Amino acid sequence: MRVKVQLFARLRELAGRGECDCDVPAGSSVADVWRAVADRHASLKPFAGAISCALNADFARMTSPVHEGDEVAFLPPVSGG
Amino acid sequence: MAADRLAVVDAALSLERLATALERLARDRGEGCGALCSFVGTVRAVHQERRVRHLEYEAFAPLAVKVFAQIEAEIGRHWPGALVAIHHRVGRLEIGEASVAIVVATPHRAEAFQACRYAIERVKQVAPIWKHEFYEDGDVWIEGAPADPDDETARQAALERACA
Repeated sequence: MRVKVQLFARLRELAGRGECDCDVPAGSSVADVWRAVADRHASLKPFAGAISCALNADFARMTSPVHEGDEVAFLPPVSGG
Repeated sequence: MAADRLAVVDAALSLERLATALERLARDRGEGCGALCSFVGTVRAVHQERRVRHLEYEAFAPLAVKVFAQIEAEIGRHWPGALVAIHHRVGRLEIGEASVAIVVATPHRAEAFQACRYAIERVKQVAPIWKHEFYEDGDVWIEGAPADPDDETARQAALERACA
């Protein structure tokens, strides 16, 4: 199945793009999507322990299941204010 | 409309607009407010001894607005009757420009100061917003901690700072 991946800030710069499609097997979790994206963009790998994630613009957990057409966002540590 | 009060915007911020929205809301509720407390974060010229030329802020806007609404709800639980407005700017900002504007309206002044401080602490902890600093000789993405809206320890830390 296909999900849409969104990357922000330094993750976006390291990957060279803010959005991409990602194909993962049915039954995959957000963590599986992250692994697929990080396999494609090795420079993202060091962030594995320091990201938050969102599913369809709501905060989610890496264990959250994903479904066809979902939007999965990966967020580096934040610095608003 | 919550959109008047909780937003990510790409133009100059106006405290007055936020205060007016809150005053109107307080009046519509029939109680008015005894205190308005505001906070404005502005762009510093120096960060860790490096001279900043300008900043760029990036946000995941739909989620950031939901975080602002969560902060509003947290404040409503802790300081009953408090009203909150939060605008965060994105895009390129020059030195001295406002990056975030917060106004809190409450019946009395003590909780206005506390709730306003709490709001900015929570924005910094949880809002999916990123600061990119540009210096004379390079640029750096500033990164704090990963955002976790359910991290109760972080929330308590924000509350303690607000009520110190």
